Amino acid sequence: MTRASPLRRHVPVVLACFGLMVAAIVTAPLVGSTSISLSRAFSRSVPFADNVDAQIFFIARLPRALAAALVGGTLAAAGVVFQGLLRNPLATPYTLGVSAGASLGAMLAITFGSTWMIGGVASASLAGAFVAVAVVFALASARHRGLSTTVLLLAGVTLNAFFSALILFVQYLSDFADTFRALRWLMGDLDVGSYTPILAALPLVGVAFAGFAWLARPLNLLSIGPEAASSRGVPVERAHRVAFFTASLATGAAVSVGGPIGFVGIIVPHLVRLVIGADHRLVLPASAFFGAAFLVGCDVLARLVLAPLELPVGIITALVGGPFFLWLLIRRA
Amino acid sequence: MAAHQKSLSTLLLCAVVAASAVTASGRGELPTRSRQAAPTAGATRIVSLVPAVTEMIYAMGGGDRVAGVSSYDRFPPEVASKPRVGALIDPDFERILSLRPDLLVVYGSQTDLIARLTRAQLPVLVYRHAGLPGVMVTIRQVGQRIGLGAQADQLASRIDDDLDDVRRRVAGRPRPRTALIFGREEGSLRGVYASGGIGFMHDLLETAGGTDVFADVSRENLQATTEILIARAPDVILEVRPAEGWTPDRIAKERALWRALPSLPAVRTNRVYLLADDRLSVPGPRVAEAARMIAAALHPGSAPRHSLHAGTTPRRERQ
Repeated sequence: MTRASPLRRHVPVVLACFGLMVAAIVTAPLVGSTSISLSRAFSRSVPFADNVDAQIFFIARLPRALAAALVGGTLAAAGVVFQGLLRNPLATPYTLGVSAGASLGAMLAITFGSTWMIGGVASASLAGAFVAVAVVFALASARHRGLSTTVLLLAGVTLNAFFSALILFVQYLSDFADTFRALRWLMGDLDVGSYTPILAALPLVGVAFAGFAWLARPLNLLSIGPEAASSRGVPVERAHRVAFFTASLATGAAVSVGGPIGFVGIIVPHLVRLVIGADHRLVLPASAFFGAAFLVGCDVLARLVLAPLELPVGIITALVGGPFFLWLLIRRA
Repeated sequence: MAAHQKSLSTLLLCAVVAASAVTASGRGELPTRSRQAAPTAGATRIVSLVPAVTEMIYAMGGGDRVAGVSSYDRFPPEVASKPRVGALIDPDFERILSLRPDLLVVYGSQTDLIARLTRAQLPVLVYRHAGLPGVMVTIRQVGQRIGLGAQADQLASRIDDDLDDVRRRVAGRPRPRTALIFGREEGSLRGVYASGGIGFMHDLLETAGGTDVFADVSRENLQATTEILIARAPDVILEVRPAEGWTPDRIAKERALWRALPSLPAVRTNRVYLLADDRLSVPGPRVAEAARMIAAALHPGSAPRHSLHAGTTPRRERQ
């Protein structure tokens, strides 16, 4: 019971993050470049096909808010897991090459999709993410019994660079229109326009979060070192594998919905840790909720700042996240 | 960290590339500008990196003077036999020199290339793209520069007449509020890019008797979000694409996607079109044909008295 009390002390913070997420999701569909009448949007007397307000609410704004929440929460939680797995506070969901693989897949679909690839941009980016994960895993487990986090990190960073080069190569081969669309995809976009992409990503995210729930305690013990964790009964190899695969799966799913939106996976976990400490049992759910709220908020800004023009949401998160990231770096040094 | 740097540098590089592409097709103050005063009696070995200008030179009867074209040139079919010398971002300087050109047509954003060509004392014609009237201005300037001034005048006047003919045909008809869309993610309504209130595409649409639903946005293009599309409620959705690879099946599939937005008047009245034709995106001598194609989609009753040129039959698909 003595260990439970600091945990319990911070539970209200987690609940506050949850409340923030709910508030963000509820508020976001109310604002936008067009003013709509809520009573008309929810009116049953007007058929849906004729009800512009309802369509703006249910087709344009609500899926967007939900997609932002899903992507933001998933990236933030994946960031926590990667930081715990690599025992490196500067790790992000994109450190191990998942997003570069996903981006390459998306670039290929955008450039050559109509000629020789089947499926849309989302599925191609997911496939690219899986390829990257498989390569990194194969490298990191090739000469070790378990996963070597050092090799994991080096392989991931190298793969990131390699995939980035391939992305440039694909861009070079593509038409200007395709190049532009590809570039736009890299900036992140949550205007999903329907619930299909969200529903498609949900099972993957669900599996990943089930893994995260199991990981909370092992990650706490791993933070003092694998040997110490092992002596306290943590199945270190398995924990490493579960962390790597679930966080990668989550990242791949999130990127397939919204593109490689940056910085959410690093600023949110750090902000949360500043408030409630390092216990993963708190940090994981709080980061997921706060990350969801954060990205919903950023997306509202993206919709409003230049309306009726759209500002890519990745630019907003970068403008907020970049300076924060640097501050974090200097603070640690 | 390194991952971020990497993706950031990728992004930056892409941004530079895209920016130069935008400048090239973007709003320039002057349609065309010559670097050197042009007393040239008539260039005879022209290398054109600008497909629209290549078309102009052929259309005014100077095809035999074209010594090299860009890697994007497709029209007229005769360009297939001409040497290719790269394009906007990858001009092959050596290859250009080896063709011993006496006139280079380049984009205004190709500043490095222009500097090198000037150092090599090669005459340069700098192309800047500016709306539909700019096409005729460019034709006349190119004609003067290569010694085909009279033919160029004739060509430009004929295009102007043809455009006027289109305007007359649609005059007095109700002008449907149209979203002119030239790109989006295939298989979904994500990443929709539409023509804004300035530029060549916008001018074509207005000439062909449509009202641009994004006329108030003073940009050549904008990303139209789902919300904006629903709120602007276009009467007609007109998607234009390059011709390559568009089978009727693919066109039908892409058009059907718009049913996801049932409140759009365009969807409810079956006025969603997808025109896959290169003429619609090249600001060259075929602009009147492009205007005619768009007019035929917007005003089905405005059938032309006579066929304008060979091969003008619009590949129009209706829902």
